[in-house]
Parts: sequence; C-alpha cells; structure tokens
Amino acid sequence: MAQHETAPAHDSAAAPHVMPLSTYFLVFAALLVGTAATVAVAYVDLGWANNAVALAIAITKATLVILFFMHVKENTRLIPAVIFSGLFMLLLLLVNLLADYGTRGWLGVEGR
Amino acid sequence: MAHDAHASDLAHHFDSYEQQKESATLGMWTFLVTEILFFGGLFAAYSLYRSLYPEAFRAASHTLDIRLGAFNTAVLIGSSLTMALAVRGGQTGKPKFTFAMLLGTLALGSTFLAVKAFEYADKFTHHHVPGPSFHFEGPDAPHAQLFFSLYFLMTGLHALHMIIGIAILIGMLRPALRGAWTPRNHNFLEGFGLYWHFVDLVWIFLFPLLYLIGRHH
Repeated sequence: MAQHETAPAHDSAAAPHVMPLSTYFLVFAALLVGTAATVAVAYVDLGWANNAVALAIAITKATLVILFFMHVKENTRLIPAVIFSGLFMLLLLLVNLLADYGTRGWLGVEGR
Repeated sequence: MAHDAHASDLAHHFDSYEQQKESATLGMWTFLVTEILFFGGLFAAYSLYRSLYPEAFRAASHTLDIRLGAFNTAVLIGSSLTMALAVRGGQTGKPKFTFAMLLGTLALGSTFLAVKAFEYADKFTHHHVPGPSFHFEGPDAPHAQLFFSLYFLMTGLHALHMIIGIAILIGMLRPALRGAWTPRNHNFLEGFGLYWHFVDLVWIFLFPLLYLIGRHH
C-alpha cells in the first residue's frame, strides 16, 4: 500500500531486527519446562524454601517472556528503566506493607 | 514539500520510523507499568493475608484443580508464542502468517477462558464462592473465604483482561489479512503483543501462588 511512496532517507534504520524462529521456540520450550518444574517442586517438602523456589521459577519465566517475547532485549535502555520504575514501586508497596504487619507485635502494645 | 517526504504510515510529528516505534513502545510500557501496580495491589493483599492465615490459605488452595491450572498455564504460554510469531509476521511482512498466528492466539485465549468458566462453575456447585451460601469443610472457614475472595478477584481481573484482549484480537483479523502492518510500521500489532504477553506474565505468578500452596502436605 505504501510501496510507491518515497521512503525517508533513514528508512534502513527502521528495519526491525528480527529474532530467529528458533529463539521463539526455545523460549516456549523453556517456559513449558519451567511450568512442569514448578508443579513438580510443589509436591516436594522443602519447608520455607518451597515459596522461594516457586517465586524464583516464576521470575525466571517472566524474565524470559519480557526479554524475548516482549523484545525488551532489542529495545533501548529507556524501556528497562521504565519497567524497573514500576517494579520498584511494587517492591515499596510489598515491603512496607509486610514490614508494618510483621512488626506490629514487637512493641507489646495491647490490641496491637 | 516537507510533508510530501513523509510516507502515510509515518505520522507528521515523527522524524523517523525508529522514533515512531520507540514512542509507541514507550507509551505501551508506561501503560503496562500502571497495570503492574493495578495487579500489584491484589498481590500485596494476597501476600499479607497468606502470611497471616497460612493454614486457611493452604486448605483452600487444595480445592483448586492443579491439572486444569497447569493445562491453562501451558495454553496461555502457547498463546504467547503464537502472538510473538504474529508480531514477527509483521516485522517480516507476511500478512497471511500474521493472520494465522492471530487466529491461533484467539483460539488458545478462548480455550483458556472456557477452562476458567468450567473451574468457576465448579466453585459455585461446591459453595466455594464468597457470600451468604459460602461453605467450607476445612479449617478456619472465614479466612478460607478470604482466599476465595482473592482467587476470584485476581483470576477475574486477569480473565477480564483476556476478554478485552480477545475482543481486540477479533478486530485485528481483517487488518492483518489486508496487510495493514508492515516491517516499517507494525506498532499496533507490537503494542497489542506487549499487552497479551503482560496478561501471560500475570498468570505466570497467579498459577503457583493460587494453585500450588503447600501441595506436599
């Protein structure tokens, strides 16, 4: 549809870098393995580490999706900066909430 | 004259396709960051109440069907693959491939929602839906109800995102066949891909947090 129009001089710079198909299938396979691993490990008693392992697998899977499926690996560093700003706010929310409730009994004030 | 040099798929206020794409990506990620915090509030509530009532959360979690949850996780990961391939079809200028992959994404997304509907129906027959008719056989029923409230809120908000995504997907089928997305400008396709992958990301965390609590007991 736009084939006959004059392309701007910097058109070549706009040609997207295309990841090979194999990358997509490898990431897909890794995500399936991760899902199987998280189910399997849930049936093993690791004590407190069960939660840590489940979260570590989920974070690994999420990182794969973000870097490859969402092309953040190919983006400028502006995008990771924006993502980390959001994750940092989420971290503040979680840490402060749990620090509040986790320490309420420490002062021994009645009725907390 | 200056305007004539601009192709129709490059908006006036951009100097280059690269700048146009960067802006679209940045805008979409800004929206997704607000989504992280939107879901983040629910994840925070979940973390707090699970740490306060671990027994109730474990017992309630065991009523969820792990096979359906794992199946749906695989389905959603598959839909993320087809979505990523659809975007690749835009990058390489293959409209038919993009169309087929969007259709695949649509089918897998609908499968996920169908399984979810089946799971929800099961919760209603077992009176595990919070409210006046709630009934739970396990320990600490009041706080098990809290788990189910969070279960329905989190999976419900997630499902709402999927329903919106599927509606947009249906609207994208015709433009895909028409070849609306080219290697130079497939920013809408790419942006929607980011949204779809984000929904997958949320589920990657929801699945272990809701279905897999203390299964070894």
